[in-house]
Amino acid sequence: MSKSSREPLSDRRKFILNMARGAGLATLGGFVWSAYVDEVTASTLLLRPPGALVEEDFLKTCIKCGLCVEACPFDTLVLAAPGDHKPVGTPFFTPRDVPCYMCEDIPCVPVCPTGALDEESVSKGGVLDIREMDMGLAVIDQESCIAFWGIQCDACYRACPILGEAITIEYAKNERTGKHAFMKPVVHGDVCTGCGMCELACVTEKASIFVLPREVSTGKAGAHYIKGWDKADDARVKDAKAINTKTRLSEQSAMDSLNDSGDLY
Amino acid sequence: MKTVWNNYRYLILRRMTQVGLLVLYFGANAWGWTLLQGNLSSSLILGVVPMSDPYAALQMLVAGAALAMDLLIGVAVVTVFYMLIGGRAFCSWVCPINMVTDAAALMREKLEVNRVQNGKVPVKRVTRYWVLGLGLVVSALMGVTAFEFVSPISMVHRGLVFGMGFGWAAIVVIFLFDLFVLKNGWCGHVCPLGGMYSLLGKFSLIRVHHDEAACTLCMKCKDVCPEVQVLHMIGKESIPVLSGECTNCARCIEVCDDDALEFSIRNLANNNNRGASDEISK
Repeated sequence: MSKSSREPLSDRRKFILNMARGAGLATLGGFVWSAYVDEVTASTLLLRPPGALVEEDFLKTCIKCGLCVEACPFDTLVLAAPGDHKPVGTPFFTPRDVPCYMCEDIPCVPVCPTGALDEESVSKGGVLDIREMDMGLAVIDQESCIAFWGIQCDACYRACPILGEAITIEYAKNERTGKHAFMKPVVHGDVCTGCGMCELACVTEKASIFVLPREVSTGKAGAHYIKGWDKADDARVKDAKAINTKTRLSEQSAMDSLNDSGDLY
Repeated sequence: MKTVWNNYRYLILRRMTQVGLLVLYFGANAWGWTLLQGNLSSSLILGVVPMSDPYAALQMLVAGAALAMDLLIGVAVVTVFYMLIGGRAFCSWVCPINMVTDAAALMREKLEVNRVQNGKVPVKRVTRYWVLGLGLVVSALMGVTAFEFVSPISMVHRGLVFGMGFGWAAIVVIFLFDLFVLKNGWCGHVCPLGGMYSLLGKFSLIRVHHDEAACTLCMKCKDVCPEVQVLHMIGKESIPVLSGECTNCARCIEVCDDDALEFSIRNLANNNNRGASDEISK
């Protein structure tokens, strides 16, 4: 036995060791806990109730009380249970099962005690307006949508609660038969609320039109693309100044740079 | 029959409260009752009075969420209510996990699990305050309500009201932990919500009082108590149980054959003189 193990520990040493042990165990637990929480909140393919804050804020603000679920008259909203592979306890809906029927009084939103469902984001001029809602965006798979095969089907167009605005039908000649028309559904992202009525109505075995969260279903052109034909958009470059970079070549004329730059031969 | 009532009156009342509240919450979701809507995280009485879990609100605060007025009112209602009747009355009268841990404790007693387990306790009672603090640290670092994503309490309660999924696994985990790892392990050592309510309960007006003169030192109360450390005065001093860790479950009152323990409204003036020795035991 070594000398140190025989002598009783001094109070000071005991205190320091206990503090270190506490801090170490807390760090260990903290990292495991953090890793777990990070994993279970990572799901993005999830449709939230009307007026939900952006996912990052929603996850910290939703208290998981289910009052929105109880307020929903169509049983559209459900709370994620363990095993659903979604952030546990948070509300979501699956349009192919039950879509959002876009109640005009939006009962699920004002009942939220924490503001995770934001009344203002679904209001216009201080009055609740369900068309302001933006839960997702319907996307069409043109490979499986039978309207794109040339078969007449306007199930999604008819089911859309914002009829003729969120989904329109585009006509095109069917060159294969030479005498028929394609009647292709087109979703308009500025109007679509993501309610999912079209997804429920879709006649194909697995829905060919389906709602995805906006972050997933939309791209972004970037600020450097300007619609020059759109006055409002063009105004963005009204005060822009050209940036001229000078190099050895740009000081010469175009012809010079081609023939006399000296590094061609 | 009379002795059954006498020996189990608070236990029966507690089970009725626990199950009754569950039925009310369940009815709100299933049949649209409005007496008590939501769940233990946040609820509404009669669609008007909000109640919210103060620990959940604290996590939201440090995670960086904007706290809505309804939530703050709800937290105030819950905090004041449990401050008055004893913080951990939540644990023994409301929380659904109480039935799980009580069942585990009973089975542990019947199977005499203690006799095959070495004396060394793997987790201390003070752990709950560490978990309480750690939950806030993780919430702040990760920007989400950390405990709310792991809490077996809300998982089970939410499950019973809204649909269980694999939530039953949380029940099994706590049951096995309490049965084979540590007596009163979850509720008495780990649960940060219990820790939170222990802190609130320090100010409680309703207390168990001990009458030392009547005590015969049978120690039945200590056998049955899930937080034995709060009963340190048994047979020594006639003072109330002042620790916030007491759950006001009243099992000690029921098992006492000598009327040496009884509920009463705390005498605040007396406390100031006698209570100084009774800090949160660690």
